[in-house]
Amino acid sequence: MAKIIELKNISKVYGTTIKTKVLHDINLSFEEHSFNSIIGASGSGKSTILNIMGTLDRPTTGEVYINGKRTDNMVKNELAELRNKTIGFIFQFHYLLPEFTVLENVLMPYNIGYGRPTKEIIARAEELLNLVGLTEVKNNLSINISGGQQQRTAIARALINNPKLVLADEPTGNLDSKSTENIYELLRDINKEFKTTFVIITHDDRIAEKTSRIVEIEDGKIKKEVTS
Amino acid sequence: MALAFKIAARFIKSSKGQTILIVLGIAIGVSVQVFIGTLIQGLQISLIDKTVGSSSQITVTSKNDDRAIDKWNGKVNDIKSLNVGIKNVSEAADFSGFVKYNNKTSPILLRGFIFSNADSIYKIKDSLIQGKEPSSDNEVLVGKDLRDNLSVKLGDKITILTPKGKNEQVTITGFYDLKVSSLNNSWIITNMRTAQNIFDFGDKVTSIEMQANDVFTADVVAKAVANKLDSSNLKVDNWKVTNAATLSGLSGQSASSYMIQVFVLLSVILGIASVLAITVMQKSKQLGILKAMGIKDRVASLIFLFEGLILGIFGAVFGVLLGLGLTYSFSKFALNTDGTPLVPLYLDYKFILLSGLIAVVSATIAAVIPAIKSSKLDPIEVIKNG
Repeated sequence: MAKIIELKNISKVYGTTIKTKVLHDINLSFEEHSFNSIIGASGSGKSTILNIMGTLDRPTTGEVYINGKRTDNMVKNELAELRNKTIGFIFQFHYLLPEFTVLENVLMPYNIGYGRPTKEIIARAEELLNLVGLTEVKNNLSINISGGQQQRTAIARALINNPKLVLADEPTGNLDSKSTENIYELLRDINKEFKTTFVIITHDDRIAEKTSRIVEIEDGKIKKEVTS
Repeated sequence: MALAFKIAARFIKSSKGQTILIVLGIAIGVSVQVFIGTLIQGLQISLIDKTVGSSSQITVTSKNDDRAIDKWNGKVNDIKSLNVGIKNVSEAADFSGFVKYNNKTSPILLRGFIFSNADSIYKIKDSLIQGKEPSSDNEVLVGKDLRDNLSVKLGDKITILTPKGKNEQVTITGFYDLKVSSLNNSWIITNMRTAQNIFDFGDKVTSIEMQANDVFTADVVAKAVANKLDSSNLKVDNWKVTNAATLSGLSGQSASSYMIQVFVLLSVILGIASVLAITVMQKSKQLGILKAMGIKDRVASLIFLFEGLILGIFGAVFGVLLGLGLTYSFSKFALNTDGTPLVPLYLDYKFILLSGLIAVVSATIAAVIPAIKSSKLDPIEVIKNG
């Protein structure tokens, strides 16, 4: 199968005077339609890998390919375009825009990439909200719903532009175990239904076990990989 | 564009307290601008009107010993043919002499006018407090102060004495009040032929007087008149030279008004810039996530320019209304003892519009720094630091 994302010899150094090397020569790739997790202790460098894959951060050395295109030497505007159309993000904190309603938040990536939402897109957003069980609160301001609902809104938002890749950084980090369970069921369903590639960061082994491939990071290096 | 505007409008709407504060800040700045500007303009216009509005602003006189300007009709036509903003041209034959009534004598200036022309400058008809303008020869108007000095009344005959010893009786048909006591005390106004006859002057005048559409261009107009007449025997004066003290007062006032307006403007700009800069900090989380979702830097900075623009427009509208309200109430409540406004209300719509426009433009300019900041914001900073 084709590789949606490929990291070649990635190193990342933070700081200029006191240099901290957080990633050592990482080679990692993920295939299309796969459902993956990255695990590791906090400070192991897993979030940095995700940010580099998401083009939010640049590697110090090495090459990044997304959908076959090299991204580490793209300019800011090209990256913005690529993120908007190819990648969906789900963060530990939902990062919804509190000034907008749930539905408007979901439509925002479309709005950024293509302008005013069409009827079809609004229908799609409503379908996604239905999928994550938020139809009843779709017109609430995003600050007026519960934490679990906010995280599910963020998931719907990550999917609106039909991205090939969804990157999730501890998407259930601040949710209770019942909500956590629901959200993973949801992500799995989406992976099956829309063939979206998922890369999920977590420190919870039980969750990782539900993914088809687990990459374990330790001290900026790949410690082991398990494919089920 | 539309997205940036939408986000800007939503940001503004969502933090109402802050929005009200900024709009109020701009509005107060604009209102002070409108109020002070209108007040000073009104003051200036009324001052000009009182000082040079009812007198000759540009005067052509003769350098000859007999002070005579002959063929004056042609010269007046020459002046009128100029297209340099001249209005109200009036000819005068003026002679110094004495007036005698009973046993009292007083020095006077006999001014021979063509009434219809002189009226446009001196507003003689409006200053009549008793009687009417002379309709035939040997009829005169006397000032209010001279009337009191000589104790004369309407219809009385007074004697004009010339330096050459000639005397002539004239009839008083009215009394005027030009609001300047030295004029009220010395001018006796009659028609041109009477003045010329009494002083045996023939059909000549001693001065051609005129006003300029814009009083401050009087010197330029005077120059144009001098060039047109092109005669070494004639002298062209303008009020800016003869009334230099008034001029310096007026320009001092203008300058101080500009200074006030510049500083008000500056404080408005700084106020907006600092509040918007704080807004960028407050909204950095939102900007970070918008950028992660692929909003381009240009659009991200447009958000803040639109914020500045929207705030500027609201501030300008409220400010203009507030300023007009202030000006109006000032003209209603700050009154002279006779009930007329201390400073007459004079609304210059162009100036008011300009004040509003400047506020909108400066609010937008004030948003440039936050906009640049917003464009430079790196999403990773926000994502990493929560």
